[in-house]
Amino acid sequence: MEESFIPKIPVASWIDAFVDWLTVTFAIVFDGITIVLEAIVNGMNTVLMAIPALILIIILALLAWKLASKGIALFTLIGLLLIQNLGYWEGMLQTLSLVLTSVIITVIIGLPIGVWASQKRTVRQIVTPILDFMQTMPAFVYLIPAIFFFSIGVVPGVVASVIFAVPPTIRLTILGIQQVPTDIIEATEAFGSTVKQRLLKVQLPLATPTIMAGINQSIMLSLSMVVIASMVGAPGLGADVYRAVTQIQIGTGFEAGLAIVVMAIILDRLTQNIGKKKN
Amino acid sequence: MDERAKKISVSQVSKIFGKNTKKATQLLNEGQSKNEILKQTGATIGVNQANFDVYDSEIFVIMGLSGSGKSTLVRTLNRLIEPTTGDILIDGKNITKMSKDELRETRRKKISMVFQKFALLPHRTILENTEYGLEIQGMAKDHRKQKALDALKLVGLEGYENQYPDQLSGGMQQRVGLARALANDTDILLMDEAFSALDPLIRKDMQDELLDLQSSMAKTIVFITHDLDEALRIGDRIALMKDGVIVQIGTPEEILMNPSNQYVERFVEDVDLSKVLTAQHVMKRAETVQIDKGPRVALQLMKKLGISSIYAVDKKKNIRGIVHASAAKEAVDSRKTIEEILDTNYQTVTEDTVLTDLFDIVSTASIPVAVVNENGRLNGILVRGAVIAALAGNNEAINDFEHDTSTTQDQSNKEVY
Repeated sequence: MEESFIPKIPVASWIDAFVDWLTVTFAIVFDGITIVLEAIVNGMNTVLMAIPALILIIILALLAWKLASKGIALFTLIGLLLIQNLGYWEGMLQTLSLVLTSVIITVIIGLPIGVWASQKRTVRQIVTPILDFMQTMPAFVYLIPAIFFFSIGVVPGVVASVIFAVPPTIRLTILGIQQVPTDIIEATEAFGSTVKQRLLKVQLPLATPTIMAGINQSIMLSLSMVVIASMVGAPGLGADVYRAVTQIQIGTGFEAGLAIVVMAIILDRLTQNIGKKKN
Repeated sequence: MDERAKKISVSQVSKIFGKNTKKATQLLNEGQSKNEILKQTGATIGVNQANFDVYDSEIFVIMGLSGSGKSTLVRTLNRLIEPTTGDILIDGKNITKMSKDELRETRRKKISMVFQKFALLPHRTILENTEYGLEIQGMAKDHRKQKALDALKLVGLEGYENQYPDQLSGGMQQRVGLARALANDTDILLMDEAFSALDPLIRKDMQDELLDLQSSMAKTIVFITHDLDEALRIGDRIALMKDGVIVQIGTPEEILMNPSNQYVERFVEDVDLSKVLTAQHVMKRAETVQIDKGPRVALQLMKKLGISSIYAVDKKKNIRGIVHASAAKEAVDSRKTIEEILDTNYQTVTEDTVLTDLFDIVSTASIPVAVVNENGRLNGILVRGAVIAALAGNNEAINDFEHDTSTTQDQSNKEVY
């Protein structure tokens, strides 16, 4: 049994060859993407950095008050002040820029694919297994081709985050649209709606809470990629955690980790309530 | 009714669900049963070769139990479900052959629909819901708002424009559904179990209101229901479905009195006859005496017929009063005219009074109750025994409804090929 009858299938070398070919053939495309993504992340970071920390904290707390509740607002205020006090303000803003960029791209890619898949069965049948593949493949694996295509830094981090985070947005967009009761769809059909009217006036508005839940999940997933992304040179809180792990600094690692948790809770509560407010 | 224009004409419409529709269609044409086809091909027959016409401004009820294919059939009329075979003419145009654009235009301008579970848009106000059909046609905001408000007024929902559907009761939500359909101002209204989700009292109110609205709007309504009482109440004609087949089409009376097969018979056997039968069905021929005849003639007649009183009528057969035997005898002796001894203390009912409303009068009256038409002409009398016999389902006690059947009979002959 030790010796296989079939020689080992050279999957690894095939993938290597394919990635090499891609890197060379689409060099211009990848370079373009790199420049654009870098510009977005850096631009966002620059803007955030330009605002004095205290003012930004107050703005975010007020936003939390408006979208969620007094409690969340208070948590935002204290949590962010703690992060600033611990000296992770800059790292947090870098991470925030990375996460927001990933989420924007996730929505730009995920929403249309989700809508398309919800309307056409064949598209759905193709998209679903790809999503399964993307979600079950260990996230580290995406980093390797990402480095090839986009070298090191924040861009491969964003790309890996998007690949990792896009499935929930697509899935829940499909689900949200499909969950619209059939009699409501029948009614819109019976009155003579076009496909576009049905989508914009009925399906998307009714699917919004579900779609927002998907985007919320995408935000959480891309935040969870922060540490992994730091391995390819993405700056931010992830880099602090990664450094602490490699240098076995328990205290620092805990501080940076705590900052990520605080960020996660704030982002989660804010986005959760955007969906609910609409309902 | 025959001269009325055909609004909807359905011929040989079948709907087969499943993959092997070709084979199933062939078996269907060979007259195989639903179960046999399911066994052989795995295809389910939703509607099996339906044929019927719906005339302008009538309420055509399609009735059957769940699974009988009635909801499928009504959905083929606006192609929410594509019929597998057959033709459906809407105002003479074949909807099954229409392009997407033509179909959309027909749905916008000709046919609107009311749904069992209301199917309102929860994120829109009542007004916005009512406007929906007009909004997607691109009608200007002010114009469509006015039309929607008019429709809401029609169904008695003034003042609720800015509420959301979940703030309204079921009955009110269905009024919105009806208003939405009316706002489009289409000739044809499809109502799929529109009142089935409402509780019985509200359902009855809605039926009455629909009939009220119908008397002024004169739409062509195709109404789906599983409730026989509802069908009898609102239907001008009823089509009964079973296993995808239309088993009988006729007026409510025809369905009740002449069930075409055992299925229909069993369906209607529990019907409360007292709410369906009218005075016209149970009245007896009225023996009368002309008012200008003498009391002797009246007495003679009563003796011959073995009765103790008789209605006196004028030349137009209008009732003038009742003559009792005892009074007639006295009149003969004292040489009075009939007119002088008339007892005007009698009771009348109209021909279309249902039996439930007759019980009280008939049971307390000491003399037979007169049945008159709207002009006061005497058409018959009600005898207690005959009323009870009719209720007991004794067909001999029930008159033929000649003038109804003669017209509708040939009509249904035309439809059931």
